[in-house]
Parts: sequence; C-alpha cells; structure tokens
Amino acid sequence: MPTVSMTVNGKQVSGEVDARKLLVEFLRENLLLTGTHVGCDTSQCGACVVHVDGRSVKSCTMLAVMADGASVTTIEGMASGETMHPMQEAFREQHGLQCGFCTPGMVMSAVDLVAVNPDPSEAEIRHWLGGNICRCTGYHNIVEAVRDGAARMRALGKAAAE
Amino acid sequence: MTMPPSPLTMPPSPSASPSAVHVTAAHDSALKHTTGEAIYIDDMPLPRGALHLALVTSAWAHARITGIDVGAALALPGVSAVITAKDIIGPNDIGAIVPGEVLLAEDLVEYVGHPIAAVCARDEDTARRAAALVTIEGAPLPPVLALDAAIGDKHYLLPPSVFLRGDPDPDLARAPHRLTGSVRVGGQDHFYLETQVALAIPGEDRDMLVHSGTQHPTEVQHLVARLLSLDMNAVTVEIRRMGGGFGGKESQATLVAGIAAVAARVTGHPCKLRLDRDTDMEVTGKRHGFLLSWDVGVDDEGRILAVDMTLAADCGWSIDLSPGVVSRALSHADNAYFYPHVRLTGLYCKTNRQSNTAFRGFGGPQGMMAAEAMVDHIARTLQLDPVETRRRNFYGPGRDITPYHQTVEHFRLPAMLETLLASADYATRRASVDAFNATNPTLRKGLALSPVKFGVSFNKPEMNQAGALVHVYTDGSVSLNHGGTEMGQGLFVKVAQVVAAVFGLDLDRIKPTATTTGKVPNTSPTAASSGTDLNGMAAKIAAETIRARMAEQAAALFEEPVEAIRFESNRVFAGNKSLSFPELAEACHGERISLSSTGFYRTPKIHFDRTTNTGRPFLYFAHGLAVSEVAIDTLTGEWKPLRVDILHDVGASLNPAVDKGQIEGGFIQGMGWLTMEELVWDKVGRLRTHAPSTYKIPTARDVPAVFTVELLADAPNEEATVFRSKAVGEPPLVLALSVWLALRDAVGSLAPAGWVPPLAAPATPEKILMACEEARRA
Repeated sequence: MPTVSMTVNGKQVSGEVDARKLLVEFLRENLLLTGTHVGCDTSQCGACVVHVDGRSVKSCTMLAVMADGASVTTIEGMASGETMHPMQEAFREQHGLQCGFCTPGMVMSAVDLVAVNPDPSEAEIRHWLGGNICRCTGYHNIVEAVRDGAARMRALGKAAAE
Repeated sequence: MTMPPSPLTMPPSPSASPSAVHVTAAHDSALKHTTGEAIYIDDMPLPRGALHLALVTSAWAHARITGIDVGAALALPGVSAVITAKDIIGPNDIGAIVPGEVLLAEDLVEYVGHPIAAVCARDEDTARRAAALVTIEGAPLPPVLALDAAIGDKHYLLPPSVFLRGDPDPDLARAPHRLTGSVRVGGQDHFYLETQVALAIPGEDRDMLVHSGTQHPTEVQHLVARLLSLDMNAVTVEIRRMGGGFGGKESQATLVAGIAAVAARVTGHPCKLRLDRDTDMEVTGKRHGFLLSWDVGVDDEGRILAVDMTLAADCGWSIDLSPGVVSRALSHADNAYFYPHVRLTGLYCKTNRQSNTAFRGFGGPQGMMAAEAMVDHIARTLQLDPVETRRRNFYGPGRDITPYHQTVEHFRLPAMLETLLASADYATRRASVDAFNATNPTLRKGLALSPVKFGVSFNKPEMNQAGALVHVYTDGSVSLNHGGTEMGQGLFVKVAQVVAAVFGLDLDRIKPTATTTGKVPNTSPTAASSGTDLNGMAAKIAAETIRARMAEQAAALFEEPVEAIRFESNRVFAGNKSLSFPELAEACHGERISLSSTGFYRTPKIHFDRTTNTGRPFLYFAHGLAVSEVAIDTLTGEWKPLRVDILHDVGASLNPAVDKGQIEGGFIQGMGWLTMEELVWDKVGRLRTHAPSTYKIPTARDVPAVFTVELLADAPNEEATVFRSKAVGEPPLVLALSVWLALRDAVGSLAPAGWVPPLAAPATPEKILMACEEARRA
C-alpha cells in the first residue's frame, strides 16, 4: 500500500493507505477529523470541502495519494485555539445553519471565495456557492453570513496591516 | 431550618436578564456546527469489532424470489455474514400503522430497490463489494408503474377515504358555472444532507442499544424489539442530532435501524449501516405524488357553491404512513376557503415504487395545491381578479365550517392579506407586470399570491402527547431531556429557552441532551410541526414542578409567602431578599427536596372520529401568505424567481431567528418540489434520478434575490400553547405554491384571457416551454 504524508491543520501526518482511498476517508477514518462530512458521495453537495494548498477542494473527489506532500486544512483547523475564524463567527451569528451538516463545507468554500475575492457581491456569493447544497436554510442567512464573514476578514486583514 | 449556604443579599436589578423566550438565540449547536465538533452518528467512534453493512436490493419492480445465493459473498475475505429474512427472530414486520410490511423481502419483491439481504463486513468497501456478489434469482411479475394505471385499475392499498359535509351534487348541478379540472404533482426526495444511518450495539441480557438517525425513537425501539422478539425495555434508541429529516426519518429510519439491529444480534458484533446517497434515494420512500381532480360549482363572482374533489395518492408499494398523509391531504384540500357543500375523496393507489412516506406537510401541501389550482381555474375561466377571488372564498363569519366539521376560529388571513398586499406593493406590481408582458414578446413575468391555513396537531388525537425530564443539579445547572428530536429545526434551543424562562436562568445554564427512549418513554415522532408545541409544554410543566418545590423552600428561607417568590436573572427573589439559583438548589438538596421532575402534556380540546372523518383534529391554525414574482423565457422555458414577500403567523415567536429560518428554508424546499425536483422512473421501474447530479436540489443560485420574510406582529396564539407560540415547521413550505401560480400567470400571459395554463408540478423548464407552446396555440 502506498504511504502518504501531508500537513493537516499544521501537523505533519503520514499513513499507509489503499491507493483507492479518498482524501475524505483518510481525514475521517485515519485522522478522526469528522467535521468534514460526506453528503452525496459524488462531488455534488459540497459537505466535504476542505482546503488543499489553500484552495477549496471536494475531498470526496480527490484520492488521499493525490494530496501527498500537500498542506490540507479542514474545518477543525480554522479556529486558532479559542478564537474562531471570522467566517465561523459569522455563520453562527447570522444563523447561517440549521442541521449543520453542510456548514463545514460552506465555511470552507466561503473562506476560499474571500481569498480570491475579498469583497464579493451577493450575486458573486450565490454563484460561488453553487456547489454547496443546503437543504434546510433556503440560503438566505448563509449568503448573509458569507457577506458578514468577508467583512470581518477584511477588517482583520486591515487591522493586521496597520 | 437549614440556613442558606450564603447570606441573603440585596438583589441586583431583576430586569437585568430578560426572559429567555420571545428573543433570538442561536441554534443550540451553532458553535459546534461551525467548528465541525458536532457529532453525527457517522462520526461516532466505532466499538471494538464493529461491522459495516451494505444492502442487497431488488433489480425488479415486481417479482417472486426463487433463490438467494450468498456463497460468493461469504467467500470474500472480510465478510462475516449475510443477513436475510430467515435471520429475523421475531415477526418480519415493520409496518408503521398497519402490520404487514417486511424488513427484508421473503418471497416477493415489490419495487426496484426493495431490500433483500444485508452483507456484514469489516469495512464498508468490502461490504459493498460482497453485496454485489449476492445472486438473487426471481420470476418477474407484472408491475404497476404509473399512478394513472393504478387509478384506472382501482389498484388500492386501502379503501378510499371520504370527507363529506352537506350535499354537493344538487348545488353542482344548478351552479351558474361548473368547472372540472385536474392537476398532477410529483413526489419529492427528502435529500436530508445526512443519509439514513444506524449503529446497533448488542449488550448483556440480549439488550440492544441503537443509535438511530430517527425522528421517531419510540417506533424504532418498538419495531426493533418486535424484530428481535424482545421486550421494549431491552431496546434503547438514542439520537442527539440528525443532519436533516423533513419526515424522511420518521418511518423510514426503522428500516435502517432494524437491519442493523438484526445483524448485530446475528453476528454478536456492533453493526453500522449508513446508506450511501444513491442507495438512500433508491430504497427509501418520498413525498407522495398526487393526481388532484375537482368538480366545482361557482356563482358569477367566483364564489364556490359546491365542491367534489378526488385526491389520488401514489403510495408506492406499501401502506407505511399513507393513511395519515391522505387524511391530512383531505383535511387541507379546503386550504383557506369555505366550501358550502363538499365531498373529498382520497385514493390510496398502489404502485411498484418506493413506499411514499412523511415529508414536511404530510399530504397537506398536496391538498392545498388542489384548492389553489381550483381557485386559479375559477379566476382564470371567469376572468376575475385572482386575489379578489381568493378573498371572496375565504372562511368568515357564518362561513366557518371545514369539510371535517371543525369550526374555523381566530382566522387571521383576511387582515394579513391587507397587510401583505400593502407591504409587497401588490397593485402597482400587478400593473407593471401586465405592462411588461404587453411589450415583451420573449420574456414574460408572472405574479401570484397564495395563502396557507395549516391545522396544527397530529390528525390522530392519541399522538398529541409528550414527555420531558428535567434535572436541576446542586450547582444550579439544568439538564433537559424530552421526546423530541433535533434535526436542525431548532427544537432543542426553543425548548431550552422555555426551561430557562421558567427558572429565570440564562440560556447557557440549560443543557439539552440526546433524545433517548431510556429517559422519556412512549413518545410521538417529531413531526407535524408539533415538536415545540408538545415537548416545549412538557418541559415547561416539568420545570414548573421543580420551580414550585424550590419556591416553597425559598419561601421558608425568606419567611415570605410563596406567592412572593420570583425567579429572575439567575436568582430567586422575595421583596428585598434574594439567593442565587445555585444557592437555592443546594439548600433544597440539603432539605431533601427533589430537584428532578418529569413533565407530561397532552393537547386539549382535540378529537376526531375516523369512521365519519369529523371532529376537531386541530387545536389551532397557523397562517401565512406569500406574493411571488417570476420571469420566464418563453423560448427556452428557463425561469427565475425575482421577488418573494412572505407574511407568516407564528403566534408569539419563541425565537424569531429560528422561526424565520424555518420559513425561508421551508419556502425554498417547497419551491424545489414544485419547480425543479423531478423524480423520473424508467419503463422497468428504476428510479433514474438517485443523486443530486440528476435530481435538482435548489442551490444558492436558484433562490430569489429579493426575499422578504416578516413574522405577523403582536399575534399571540389565542389557544394556550407554550408561551402563546405557534408551530412553524411545515406551513411555510406551502407558500411556494405562489411561485408555481406565478409561473402559470407568466405562461397565461401568452394566451387570450380565460385560458387555463396546463402547467403541472414540478414546473421544470421543459414543462414551462411546452405550456408556452400550448399557450401560443390557444
């Protein structure tokens, strides 16, 4: 079996995995990082979105071996200690969640959006989230949360620059 | 008398901490959901030796099974067992209402996807590979694959149900106008983001602990006990949270939990069954599709004189919850309108498809769709204003008896209508939509309003009961348990708010705990929008029982009358004396006063006679109204929702943010059902839309850019519900009928006035395009 090693949430990890093993399975089963969810098994719903080398990826559509040498961030890696990521705070405060199953993938997608587009319009947010299905909220508060999260990220970035 | 543990102190201002109800509070798990810490069943660490299951299902829509060969599957390394019907110790029956529905098929399969066997293996991958090696031999039988065929052949699971009031036939015959019509509405997959899952763990004494993603733990407990031939006290069913339910985990969860439990008994190992998405969609039941037909007599002003309707439900292969679904469809086929003489007939059509089941609204939306399609038919045919036609037919004084003989009280829609017409600027927009359509040959707009009157309480009176268990610990923290299940709807936070309000505590002092049959027994499903009404009241009663005991102790300590004791701001007051809540809890413990109580609630006033279909099934009605505007491209059938305005009645909201979230989410789910979610079975009965790649769930791109949701203000429930709130889970879904009606309005603009668009649901772009073509030929 191939050996993979990667950085996950800042920690170096490695393991022997079946070459067929999906990244999401490696994260959930080997590393017990169960915040990354499996909703549709087929790359549609976005519940499994993580960051690989800083960009959002559906981890049910990537083999673990493809992430060899990469830096992976999951939802568990977003907060720094007790300080939540501004996008996490925004989802909580704007009621951008109900059952919560899609939430980690939504947060990970949204953070990647802000990385490429720091001040996205509502239309850009709706377009970006086309690959993240939520069955509960009707998206209204999710879009509000992403707007709020982007604003918080900009404010933090500005504060850091000053 | 024991002295309190600390000196009496002057109180801080009692107004510092407002009541915990009627205020926005985040979902109880909001923090854990955003950090990924919330644990769903699939996230639980597995016990030693746990096995993974995969299903073997029927490839035929209808066949006699003549042989099952499991040899090749068992030979695969890592496979422990293959479970078939023969392995079920007790009766092979998981019928939810009527016995006779098998867990695993014995000699007959009745739909493509019908479970026949389950492979138990060391991992999911091995189980799935082995499942593919099980050979099923069978002799195909003729299937019934379309609702129309079942209607034509009277292929029914149960005899028809009839609601009758007055004598419709004479008034139909002599009405100035008599219209007959019909409309078809498809089913809907629940598409809860978390698929069905169960983990069964065998214990000593043949006990079985089942972690089940279920809205109905008691039913899973009852049926697992039956399958395993155990007493119910040997089976414990627990669920902390589900990743969505929407009715799909009411009866259907039993299938998954039952198979896991049988496998756990046979193998002696913990067994986990998680359906992958395709299997979930192929195996489990959905919302019932219906053919809705009416024969209505009206006067020149469009006022309904008599109605004869038939609601034909596609129940699928088995009865499941269809009696309740059809009953709720019939009891909502009036929607907001008075029918002076009425006959409503419900048909339980059997087809060789998944067994259709509960889905948010439980037949109510389909019944209300019949009413709205009929009123649309009336308004278009007589060329009347559609809003005015609705207003004329509303319930009102002297016109207030439903087809099931309940008197409509506290009917809020007439006043709400005026409010929404003004806030949505309806009249101006009607004119501008008409002006747009007069000048645009290709793009057309549509505008429509639809009301909802939704009866709250389970139609079956005996289901309207709930229990709760509340503990106060000596540090003043509170543990809360009740029979309701959390599936994202915010039940746990709302009930915690109720308990916090009773004790005058901050919300973070209340810990909601996992629903388990071991703590609160004999519960009803979390369904019918009744979760908060029932469990909130049971928890309130439990908390009030403890508070009364604590108040007596406080009165003794303060030497004040018990009536003077107030619980506020995390403290207990009498005049100028006070104790902290934990101090009083400690003092009660010292005096050997119980700080734990159950609470039990049963809904008052309700009754229903199932032989005559008359009574008062509902304690009250929830109301809502929506105005939707859409645009269609008449050359492609593509469409967009442009603006939606909703005014909804939730009584005195316990938590406005949670309630608004239910309205927004319910509306979009309803819009998906009526416009984009299309279930397609092929000619041999295979469901071809069994993943989101082929089954279109609304995304953030599909929802209206302008989406205004207002809660009806200053509107406490006239009935004595929990803090005068109203149920909210299901009613808003039906508001999406306004989108469907707006699409009909847009299509209708292509044809001469008086023409009724033949647009059924789901109104997909293809269907819209075909309706546009017909409109141009009209």
